[in-house]
Amino acid sequence: MERDDSVILMGLGVPDPKGIFGTTLGLQERFGSSRVMDIPTAENGVTGVAIGAALTGMRPILTHQRVEFSLLSIEQIINQAAKWCYMTDGKASVPLVIRCIIGRGWGQGPQHSQSLEPIFAHVPGMKVVLPSTASDAKGMLISAVEDNNPVVILEHRWLHETYGEVQAGYFKTDIEKARVVRVGKDLTIVSYSYMLLEVLRAAEVLADYGVEVEVVDLRSIRPVDEETVFSSVAKTGRLLCVDNGWSHLNIGGEIIARVVENKFKDLKSAPKRLGIKDVPIPSTRALANLVYVSQHDILMAVEAQLNTTLNISYKNVVQLDDRPDQNFLGPF
Amino acid sequence: MDSLEVDLLRQMTRVRRVEETIAELYGEQEMRCPVHLSIGQEAIAVGVCSALHKRDVVVSAHRSHAHYLAKGCDLTSMLCELYGKKDGCAGGKGGSMHLVDMENGQLAAVPIVGSAIPIGEGAAYGYKLQSEERLVVIFLGDGATEEGVFSESLDFASLHGLRVIFVVENNLYSVYTPLGLRQSSDRSITRIAQGHGVRAFSGDGNDVLEVFNAAHQVNEYATENNAPALIEFSTYRWLEHCGPNWDDELGYREDGELDRWMSKCPIRNLQNNLIEQGMLDKDVLALMESEIQQEIDLAIDHAKRADFPDAPALFTHVYG
Repeated sequence: MERDDSVILMGLGVPDPKGIFGTTLGLQERFGSSRVMDIPTAENGVTGVAIGAALTGMRPILTHQRVEFSLLSIEQIINQAAKWCYMTDGKASVPLVIRCIIGRGWGQGPQHSQSLEPIFAHVPGMKVVLPSTASDAKGMLISAVEDNNPVVILEHRWLHETYGEVQAGYFKTDIEKARVVRVGKDLTIVSYSYMLLEVLRAAEVLADYGVEVEVVDLRSIRPVDEETVFSSVAKTGRLLCVDNGWSHLNIGGEIIARVVENKFKDLKSAPKRLGIKDVPIPSTRALANLVYVSQHDILMAVEAQLNTTLNISYKNVVQLDDRPDQNFLGPF
Repeated sequence: MDSLEVDLLRQMTRVRRVEETIAELYGEQEMRCPVHLSIGQEAIAVGVCSALHKRDVVVSAHRSHAHYLAKGCDLTSMLCELYGKKDGCAGGKGGSMHLVDMENGQLAAVPIVGSAIPIGEGAAYGYKLQSEERLVVIFLGDGATEEGVFSESLDFASLHGLRVIFVVENNLYSVYTPLGLRQSSDRSITRIAQGHGVRAFSGDGNDVLEVFNAAHQVNEYATENNAPALIEFSTYRWLEHCGPNWDDELGYREDGELDRWMSKCPIRNLQNNLIEQGMLDKDVLALMESEIQQEIDLAIDHAKRADFPDAPALFTHVYG
């Protein structure tokens, strides 16, 4: 916002004392209320306003505190923003960033726990990214703002509770490339967003049992950096995809389809995808803890693909919890 | 140099002849996209756009030909677009429902009813942030006022003091569905606007001078007060909702309704008035018609002979 006056920030609660998980604190004081603004409870209209402003040269960042709220504006996102450059044959494009908080926990329930990334990723004309680290959150946001196209950034609420090294000052992270987070040789696990952290924890456990998995953080699901995935699968011959949302029509399915279509000969075993149980997400922790992909699920899937039994001591495996960590007090 | 009245007549006649030409040639099956013609509704487009400066912008929904032309956008590009040619204003990729001419102020035209409203408003918001002295006219129909986004947009415009003029063309029908089946008889579009703090007016959409004067006053109001306004104009569409044909035989219009409205033809009535007042004679009129016809003939010829986009164009401009 400092480098470019055309960047503006809009969203329900943006100037709030909580500042969207702390991400917008102090911004209104610094940049003024013309550039950092709260909005009426009118997501559809305000998204259209952001699109119109983008057409005049502004670079709006729109924020939704739950991805579900963005559904009120899905028409503007899919029919208008994503189509604009193409349907005007390049006369104008919509440099709009839409940040949506996704994810789970603390009894958020059916309408406050979803991630819905495949819905956005289906549509050409937009970009859809999911940072999994603090550094990527910063670098990818900056790239998204500088991109001339609509970019949907899905930020998992539990990642807002994590810490990491972040370079100070201005830097950009390529929003179209995946990243190999952990090098390995036995199996490739492709994931993104919060589940990437679960996958990395599972990778640590596996390493204790002599299995070295290679972990790929997709970061972007539209476009997909398939080359990084292909290179990894060429090396390991095995593929497991771990998604944040339901399995039906999910990102894992897309990755597996591409690998099977293009690199079938590299595969030593059938690829597999993991997603949450095919139900709306209930509030009670008694049931919510059964919904998500657990570390146990990941470990068992790896064992199955390697056609081996590792005799992992499951009592040491992290159980699913409805909190990002044990100190979390809610309320949301 | 035309007087204001003769110029308004010329512009309306031009729109009418273009639309009639499209209707006439549509059966040749070379314009292959849905067309929503403005025949009968020319006065609103011409009256409103004539009160704007070139720097002002308009947004429309699917029935945008009259707005586009009255705003001064390029006729040949428009026809090429309908013919699906690469010289079209959207490279053939948008068709009739997505006319655009940024240079002349047609910022957008999108067929999802109501969707252009907040986008036009967003442009006004962007101009305000950048201190640009432009008005934004949002053309919408009676059906669009039923969409939730209409209310959202009125609130936002009022809250932020945007220089936006909502021009509601109430033509009584949404495809085949009459107003009475969609809106309570107690519902008032102007009162809805007022309820959101937006000044609202209404007028006869078939009297181009009334439209022009109302638009001019409202533009001044918006500019001086940094405030939005809404004008609801009554009008009527003569042909079918989409396509080149008459459709009164389908029986969804009230008996005699079409005839009543055709007798209120904005063009014929102004023409007769001007002739009566001695402001227009038959020779000037004949010359006007022939100049218009010539312009249209050239544009059609160009559009027919222009090239289609070639295959690689399929993949261009998905991203900017």
